[in-house]
Amino acid sequence: MSDGVIATVLIALLGGAMRVSTPFMFVALGECLTEKSGRVNLGLEGTLVLGAVTAYATSYHSGSPWLGVFAAGCAGASLGAIHGFVCKLPRVNDIAIGIAMMLLGTGIAFFFGKAYIQPTAPRLESLSLGAWTGDAKLATALQINPLLIVGVLIALFMWWAFANTRWGLLIRMSGDSAPAARAMGVSVDLVRFLATAAGGFLAGVGGAFLSLYYPGSWNQGLSSGQGLMAVALVIFARWNPLRCVAAALLFGATGAIGPALQSVGVTQGYYFFNAAPYILTLLILIGSAGSKQATREAPGELSITK
Amino acid sequence: MSEFRISRRHFMHGAGAIGASGLLAGASAPALAAGVTLGIVYVGPRDDFGWNQAHAVAIKGLKAVAGVKAVEEENVPETDACAKSMESMVNLDGANIVLGTSFGYFTPFMVDLAKKYPKVEFRHAAPLWDGSKHPKNLGSYFGYLNQAHYVNGVAAGLSTKSNKLGFVAAKPISSVLSNINSFLLGARKVNPNAVVQVIFTGDWSLPVREAEATNALVDAGCDVITCHVDGPKVVIETAEKRGVKSCGHNASQAPLAPKGFLTGAEYKWETIYKIYADKVAKGEPLPNMLAGGYDTDMVMNTPFGAGASEEARKAATAAIADLKAKKPIYVGPLKDNKGNLVIDKAYDNYDPYLDQMNYLLEGVIGSIT
Repeated sequence: MSDGVIATVLIALLGGAMRVSTPFMFVALGECLTEKSGRVNLGLEGTLVLGAVTAYATSYHSGSPWLGVFAAGCAGASLGAIHGFVCKLPRVNDIAIGIAMMLLGTGIAFFFGKAYIQPTAPRLESLSLGAWTGDAKLATALQINPLLIVGVLIALFMWWAFANTRWGLLIRMSGDSAPAARAMGVSVDLVRFLATAAGGFLAGVGGAFLSLYYPGSWNQGLSSGQGLMAVALVIFARWNPLRCVAAALLFGATGAIGPALQSVGVTQGYYFFNAAPYILTLLILIGSAGSKQATREAPGELSITK
Repeated sequence: MSEFRISRRHFMHGAGAIGASGLLAGASAPALAAGVTLGIVYVGPRDDFGWNQAHAVAIKGLKAVAGVKAVEEENVPETDACAKSMESMVNLDGANIVLGTSFGYFTPFMVDLAKKYPKVEFRHAAPLWDGSKHPKNLGSYFGYLNQAHYVNGVAAGLSTKSNKLGFVAAKPISSVLSNINSFLLGARKVNPNAVVQVIFTGDWSLPVREAEATNALVDAGCDVITCHVDGPKVVIETAEKRGVKSCGHNASQAPLAPKGFLTGAEYKWETIYKIYADKVAKGEPLPNMLAGGYDTDMVMNTPFGAGASEEARKAATAAIADLKAKKPIYVGPLKDNKGNLVIDKAYDNYDPYLDQMNYLLEGVIGSIT
């Protein structure tokens, strides 16, 4: 392989990370917040899809894509709130409710989304951060949506807030030991309710990115399981918001391997290269599963037997 | 266990029959004497800018014909659900002819239904019917879309500056490969230096990867993009966003690319559906196999978009005239992109040898494995 080819592939990986990672990032951050409070919300795939269609519809009717992003967040927050409320009831399993919420979210989205497959809504604009490079390909790869930056900022804030604020401490305590939190007079249910609703908000915003920026249109196959993958990324990132960002970027970049290699003439074995993100995730999970560190980082209240 | 369960549809049918017999004493169920009722089942949404839309557009045209009623159901998965939909079309809507438009509907669902309802005609949109195995009231229909992709290629060959054309393809099956090869031959007819670069995404509907593939092709220097995936919406929109030209597939995507659209390969199912409706109305037997291309008006090209130059329009129109006159696309000797001679002579556009295509011609950058 010549240098030019390697450069093309590397630029494609960079571009892929910039373009594809944002929805993963938002869903993973939302799930990270929810799981830190001691609850699992598997319904974020549905939230993502509902967010996508809400954003598209709002942008179409109002003409403002940013209003669409906000509406998507609100739609996601409502789904999260339903999840948070139902799980508060006695003897309710949050995993099962999550799956129900996933089906509910996609169902509502497909039902109301029918009317929005054909129309074209105003999309989000991108920021050109690569103009200084003077290289057309690099400049294209560095077309960044503001939401990506927002996502990174939210991750930084979450990382700081978990360690340094009272609210962060309450969330972590609810997640690690509910009895301890109750002993302190904290309403664990309220903390979890808010954390699930806020997590839903983030996932909804991730959906807005899908329909309003990349790939940038609404159709029923839009998410194709990205919400579920993002939930898995949280475990992969071991409940650390900064590692969620890294995992999302890595996932986006490796997802670009398949198309990028074919575009430079490495055409054999594209099924294998298309599976690269999953293979990589598997390898890292296997590599890290054995460490004691990993078990210590999991919120203590997370369990499927509750 | 399933024998003991009464499905909702069966119940509705039974209840409906009881009600009807009470009211209309003896009026035999839904078979309409004069009219034709055509039931059609889609695997996806009717307005997907792709495969399903192409069928739905034809049905819309058919509904305008007097005496023809059409019943549609969309988003029906390739499971038992399609059999239930079709059965209710027969029982509740009185369909005389039922069309299944997705590959997986055929076996076992449509085969079983055809046996169960020998008086209803079933037709399926892929060349799967085999007279030695399948009932006579079942059949297949399809269009040779590769002819329209050939016309796409002619327009693309005259529209490229880099001589690199990009093709986003789902899976390397023969119909996809035939579209890619025909696209190349169309481009080479007018531009001997043109090459086609293919990216396989691996499945029929993966919007994010289709967008990635389109971006990768544009980054690799392709300045005309086309595709063979279920819903070409994302590919065409991404190409437009990147400022390159595009050719459509399955249905009209012209509104998605107001600047760069050249033309697109479209099915003209209306021709086939009108033949069916006409024959059923007259009480004539339906053909078991109905397939064709430009010469029988079963495929077409989207009207030229803003991206097509005068020269490209003229050459593409001439190519359509050639196809209508049955001029062959595959004229040997042609090699595949591994150097083997695969087309030794001129083949008729409907030669069964071409249906078995499992190679990419020389000039296509890509691999089927």
